[in-house]
Amino acid sequence: MSVILVFLVVVIGFAGWWLAHQRLLSKPWLEVGPDPLGGPRPTGMPTEKIALGIFLAVVGALFALFASAYFMRMEFADWRPIPIPRIVWLNTGVLVLASVALECALAADRQHDRGSLRLSLAAGAVATVTFLGGQLVAWRDLAASGYLVTGNPANSFFYLLTGLHGLHILGGLVALARATPAAWGTGDARGLRLRLELCVAYWHFLLFVWLCLLVLFTGWATGFVNICRGFLT
Amino acid sequence: MVDATQEIDTDIPPAEVPELELYHPKSWWTTYVFSQDAKIIALQYSGTAFAIGLVALVLSWLIRLQLGFPGLVDFITPEAYYQIVTMHGMIMVVYLLTALFLGGFGNYLIPLMVGARDMVFPYVNMLSYWIYLLAVLVLVASFFAPGGPTGAGWTLYPPQAILGGTPGGQQAGILLMLASLMLFIIGFTMGGLNYVVTILQGRTRGMTLMRMPLTLWGIFTATVMALLAFPALFVACVMMMFDRVLGTSFFMPALVEMGEQLKYGGGSPILFQHLFWFFGHPEVYIVALPAFGIVSDLISVHARKNIFGYRMMVWAIVIIGALSFVVWAHHMYVSGMDPRFGFFFATTTLVIAVPTALKVYNWILTLWRGDIHLRLPMLFALAFIVTFLNGGLTGLFLGNVVVDVPLSDTMFVVAHFHMVMGVAPILVIFGAIYHWYPKITGRMLDEKMGRFHFWVTFVGAYAIFFPMHYVGLVGVPRRYVELGDPAFVTTPVHGLNAFITVAALVVGFAQLVFLFNIVWSLRHGRPSGGNPWGAASLEWQTPETPPGHGNWGRELPIVYRWAYDYSVPGAPRDFIAQDDPWPQPPARPS
Amino acid sequence: MAIAVVLVVVVVGSVLFHLLSPWWWTPIASNWGYIDHTLVITFWITGLVFASVVLFMAYCVFRFRHREGARARYEPESRRLELWLTVITAVGVAALLTPGLFVWHRFVTVPDEAADVEVIAQQWQWSYRLPGEDGRLGQSSARLIGPENPLGVDPDDPAGADDVIIEAGDLHLPVDRPVRVLLRSIDVLHDFYVPEFRAKMDMVPGMVTYFWFTPTRTGAFEVLCAELCGVGHAFMRGAVQIDGEADYQAWLGEQPTFAALSRPVRLGAAAPMR
Repeated sequence: MSVILVFLVVVIGFAGWWLAHQRLLSKPWLEVGPDPLGGPRPTGMPTEKIALGIFLAVVGALFALFASAYFMRMEFADWRPIPIPRIVWLNTGVLVLASVALECALAADRQHDRGSLRLSLAAGAVATVTFLGGQLVAWRDLAASGYLVTGNPANSFFYLLTGLHGLHILGGLVALARATPAAWGTGDARGLRLRLELCVAYWHFLLFVWLCLLVLFTGWATGFVNICRGFLT
Repeated sequence: MVDATQEIDTDIPPAEVPELELYHPKSWWTTYVFSQDAKIIALQYSGTAFAIGLVALVLSWLIRLQLGFPGLVDFITPEAYYQIVTMHGMIMVVYLLTALFLGGFGNYLIPLMVGARDMVFPYVNMLSYWIYLLAVLVLVASFFAPGGPTGAGWTLYPPQAILGGTPGGQQAGILLMLASLMLFIIGFTMGGLNYVVTILQGRTRGMTLMRMPLTLWGIFTATVMALLAFPALFVACVMMMFDRVLGTSFFMPALVEMGEQLKYGGGSPILFQHLFWFFGHPEVYIVALPAFGIVSDLISVHARKNIFGYRMMVWAIVIIGALSFVVWAHHMYVSGMDPRFGFFFATTTLVIAVPTALKVYNWILTLWRGDIHLRLPMLFALAFIVTFLNGGLTGLFLGNVVVDVPLSDTMFVVAHFHMVMGVAPILVIFGAIYHWYPKITGRMLDEKMGRFHFWVTFVGAYAIFFPMHYVGLVGVPRRYVELGDPAFVTTPVHGLNAFITVAALVVGFAQLVFLFNIVWSLRHGRPSGGNPWGAASLEWQTPETPPGHGNWGRELPIVYRWAYDYSVPGAPRDFIAQDDPWPQPPARPS
Repeated sequence: MAIAVVLVVVVVGSVLFHLLSPWWWTPIASNWGYIDHTLVITFWITGLVFASVVLFMAYCVFRFRHREGARARYEPESRRLELWLTVITAVGVAALLTPGLFVWHRFVTVPDEAADVEVIAQQWQWSYRLPGEDGRLGQSSARLIGPENPLGVDPDDPAGADDVIIEAGDLHLPVDRPVRVLLRSIDVLHDFYVPEFRAKMDMVPGMVTYFWFTPTRTGAFEVLCAELCGVGHAFMRGAVQIDGEADYQAWLGEQPTFAALSRPVRLGAAAPMR
């Protein structure tokens, strides 16, 4: 359970830092009067961004728990690491491109450059769909070479985690699809900016999760954990 | 993030929320059924939770009948008994308590208490309820599935949960259970995001975190915990689903069932237990923290005194919430995990007793030199303190690793957790309903029926669960459809079991009086007015009772003080409402 | 008013029930009297806290109940009082925890002279295996389980040949000799539970768990399963007989070894196949 505990330490640390700015030591019974702290939008940050942040913490907890389970299951004798199909590396590159494209879209929107905005949005969407297709090809390759889902817990985890990550990407695509019409029509520009920012944050986060998963699957994480253990003992 | 040193702004801009931001229903369907108004959603959550809770109540009667009078009800076979026990536990913990505290009370009270017009994402909030309803329906469907619901115990421990020796293990029962839990978690996450973000972003002008009622602190912390803890259950459910449907071996070791070698191999049942209790222990506090918060407010209002040590109460809630993530393995002292963990988890478990004890002290110190009105909410609050203290203290037995060894998996455990997370939070729920019913409906609940309900429930519940500890002390294991007369039971417990059963039936029927009271008082209750208890917190200051759509009329309230200004020396009345600028004149003519 | 009286009645009733009721733990038959002592200490401390807090609460309700014209005292907090209460509680908790951890240390530290006994659970019966003359149990695996090898003992491990196999029978143990109980399950979770021994531990398929104890009096004791294991959970009973040395040796001499069991069965099973 070490991964989730580390994750929680980060979350609780952040929450603690935030709480420390909430004047928890003040004596509220002594303070009467209209205190402007805590107005209709107490933080000045868009509500949607805060909500996305909290949602990403939940998704992070989900994947951290899977990673914990992965490490715990790995200790058992029957574990045989799965070979990473070559296409997975290509997929990773494509996912990085998707993140970059969306970042460009955001920059284009800031400069009111409609053309580049549309181009990079389309590129981002295509790259993301390509990633998903590539992951399916990876599944097919693995299955063809005999690495079935029940063959070994490492295989099971590979299929389960890539699948779950893919589902999250799919959800992101739905959100992106709802944001894009504004880039073509004359829709709500402020709404577009916000949605783009949310999508970019989500894409970066899922890219980060994917890199973490990759580190798990390749076994680099194990090496890292062993080094940490070496330091501790 | 708010900067604490920001200078105080004396010129207050109007706190009105633009009309656009509030959703307006167009028809009867969108007003009362597919409503996006948190108050309606709260009632939908509560109604559904009570309906499914009633099923769990009937199941508990069946359990007690079997234990008190074995063989009396002939359809309670061992299969049926384990199905009943499982469904009773799972419904009560997840579908009743969690849903009612967060989905019910959370939805109703958060916008009103922070001074918001609604939740920040009303549409998502509505989806949350409908997914919860779907989860409940899937759960109910398992009663009618071939083979019936799962009988794996509410902990769903593999391997038995998905094997043929357990009811529903090789049939639809366990699959529907897992699917229902996953739906619940998805639905809850949608609602939970709303509760947290509304408290963060929806607070009206002047409502700093340290001016919030403790109810909000309890719900807020519990929701944050739930958002981080439920994924553990989700992970466990997904992996068990894989094991059951696809035949993977996450939790399944090589095993021989009824003389037949199964194709599983290498997995670890303990891994499931770690995941389950990583959710399961915070879950206890997800139920307890809202109860802590609500009971603080009930005591304060009805003792006409500010909650004693408010700051300490807030810190205690936050500390308990954080600590509850590092105590999970105290449910696993005899699970076969590395026994060295016992030292760590026993220590953290007993450390968490300190802030919890402080909360109990502060409730009672609030009574000290108060002006105690012994109305129904206060009576339930007092009963809560007794049962919670009792259940908390027996927690010190079970948390202290070596004392747990003889007591684990006996009726002592059953008595403990029913007292601490069954009876105690439910007493708070009752107290809270007697307290807020006037705000929700504009009428008071009937006092005579209420007092009958209180006395039978409090005395009866204590009579059920206090003696049950001693059944466990004798050594009677839990989850036994029939004990017989083993030699180690030197004084037979049959008489005691029969007594407990009778008490349980009586308490159960008293709940029907309560439900009748709720329905009857809707039409016949005494009109309450907007603030019958003279409470200071914001939800009692709405312009209309019951609060109308958008809660606050034209302008949002401005908050001038914390929620506990009772019996302030020099004040004209014994409470000052949160939006009352006394002793200054109103900041702006209204 | 009535509530104050009822609160006092609850305290007095609970204490009287504790002191007078006949329901108490079954007489101990192992060395784990420490656990009972820790439990008694816990009862005293928690009972004291429960009685004093609830009685104080009853007094508050009685003394400060609403009277016409009365007004509550305004008192937001008292750091000093809260600090004292924290310290006192922390001391009380430490007084519970410290003996508990010492006893736990003893509980998880198996003495070197403890003899091994293996308990094997399956739905829904108990079997046992003793190490035989060489004092060592042979390797075992669930994969090896079959009609002729119900406990899955490895036939290729020489240490297993003299292992004493008791399938679905009673276990006998010599009195006053520490035993390490190795626990194995071949299907689902079980828990080897003899109330008189106080110690118990789950049995998990795929791994071997353990606890140790020293039986301190002779007699027959019932074995129960304490971890839900399917519909037969409540009926999964067995027996442990604690014997004097002579009786134990006599019983042990009558028990079959793995080698003796597997030889004739293997021939009998193979014959009709050909």
